[in-house]
Amino acid sequence: MSGAAAAEQLIEVDGVEKVFSVRRKAGRLRRVRHEVRAVDGITFQVPRGEMVGYIGPNGAGKSTTIKMLTGILVPSGGRLRVAGIDPARERTRLARRIGVVFGQRTTLWWDLPLKDSYELVRRMYRVPDAVYRANLDRCIELLDLGPLLSVPVRQLSLGQRMRGDIAAALLHDPEVLYLDEPTIGLDVISKAKVRAFLREVNAERGTTVLLTTHDLTDIEQLCRRVMVIDHGHLVYDGGLDGLRAAGDGERTLVVDLERELPPIEGVPGARTVKVEGPRQWLAFPAAQSAAPLVAAVAERYPLVDLSVREPDIEDVIATLYAGGRVPEGRAAADPA
Amino acid sequence: MSATVWSVAVAAGSFRRYATYRIATVAGVFTNTVFGFIVAYTYIALWDARPHLGGYDQAQALTFVWTAQALLAASALMAGGGIDELQERIRSGDIAVDLYRPADLQLWWLAADLGRAALQLIGRGVAPMAVGALVFPLALPSDPLTWGWFLLSVTLGVVVSFALRYLVALASFWLLDGSGLALISGLACMFFSGMVLPLRVFPGDFGALAQLLPWAGILQVPADVLVGARSGATLASGLLFQAAWGVALLALGRLVQTAATRKVVVHGG
Repeated sequence: MSGAAAAEQLIEVDGVEKVFSVRRKAGRLRRVRHEVRAVDGITFQVPRGEMVGYIGPNGAGKSTTIKMLTGILVPSGGRLRVAGIDPARERTRLARRIGVVFGQRTTLWWDLPLKDSYELVRRMYRVPDAVYRANLDRCIELLDLGPLLSVPVRQLSLGQRMRGDIAAALLHDPEVLYLDEPTIGLDVISKAKVRAFLREVNAERGTTVLLTTHDLTDIEQLCRRVMVIDHGHLVYDGGLDGLRAAGDGERTLVVDLERELPPIEGVPGARTVKVEGPRQWLAFPAAQSAAPLVAAVAERYPLVDLSVREPDIEDVIATLYAGGRVPEGRAAADPA
Repeated sequence: MSATVWSVAVAAGSFRRYATYRIATVAGVFTNTVFGFIVAYTYIALWDARPHLGGYDQAQALTFVWTAQALLAASALMAGGGIDELQERIRSGDIAVDLYRPADLQLWWLAADLGRAALQLIGRGVAPMAVGALVFPLALPSDPLTWGWFLLSVTLGVVVSFALRYLVALASFWLLDGSGLALISGLACMFFSGMVLPLRVFPGDFGALAQLLPWAGILQVPADVLVGARSGATLASGLLFQAAWGVALLALGRLVQTAATRKVVVHGG
């Protein structure tokens, strides 16, 4: 962020942990209590106006973190502040200043037209008329809600309902918006609409956004900073580029030969990782130039076509999840 | 008061929600009317054999029947009343969405229940009562003031009914499946509200006890107000009885709600 000195830390998480006590069957009648550390001492800050991706495999502790940030769960340890408020202590006061969207749940009134739910939001959050009108008009325009306002929510498609839910979460001008898989199950066009809208809200309104998702395209298109959680630990916190470098850092040269041949050998700096008919995949360090490699292959093999693939963010994440941590990732705790 | 503002909005929304299901309302009116006839003829047989049973004459007894049918949906005399929706939200975890709102959970659901009851009183109460009044000689009051007391008593009865159903629904925070408990509480309500037979008909200590339980406030008291079995001091004591149970059960619900949210909050859900 520019003007870092002025950037207020809107979300402060300091050594926060959440331990669940679970009873498990151990024999006919005996139950053994054991502890599950869903979140195991995580620390991060989010300055006002930032859009951060928060990713991790299922059960990594993402939702638990969000529940603690909204005051639904009380942390077992550590310190947590959102807009200066301790969420668990003052959940209702904080609720007026945040917006929450769950991809899999809805806050809208199922049997009633969309606009009825919005009217209720206006009353519940005591949104001044002018603000309400302006926010609603903007949402209607950017999310194409106009024709949907008088349609009962149960008749909306998933994408339409999702847009409706996002608008409902923003009518009261929240300072922070938590999005839990906002694009889950949406088609490509709906996803694009939602992303464009979120980008706009973040840029125009300066709304701080914490985005949880399994769709890495969401992250790539929306967030400059990404945090990766696994087994309750923050295994990476930094820029998206850093995340790519944090993986194995290998690029792939895909070559199509004239015919099926044994795996390519003897090309310095590259190793063949896959063969499928006449097509072969060669991995090589990301820092190395592809040109000499191509030349070496073309010189000795009947080359028909070729392409170079950048390290896939999905692969990097998969490596992260599998390995548990990335050494240089944690050092990047201060996003530029 | 912002709570009043949004509560009214929630009640109005709930009213409109139930208003969208017109076919269900028509089907409900039909069912209530048919059952009204069956029970009415049973009561006629009973009161022919035992006139002034429980202190009611036959017209009062028949009025009791049609009052029960008129309140069946509104006061959720047998079950239902949308509390299964809350149960389902707790079971599925959707309750988390409700907790994100800057609104008290119990007040939210009470407002929604009053809106629902208002629609069902109009939509499913008026028609069976009118049919009953056309076919049978009912003891309906001519004094508008008595109708006013009746409506107040019905409202208090809905609050008592809600408070009980809310407790049942909250049990889902601890039970994996709350449907068994909902069934038992529905049966208890059906009997102890006086829907099967007016509670005054039951003799001795059992009858006396039945009239002290909260369910008596859901149907027995409002019906007595309408048929003129309560007036003056007994009218006042009846309304007080309902209000006392309403307050006590809502307070208990609040305690359980605190424990339930703490359980969710501390143990996850």
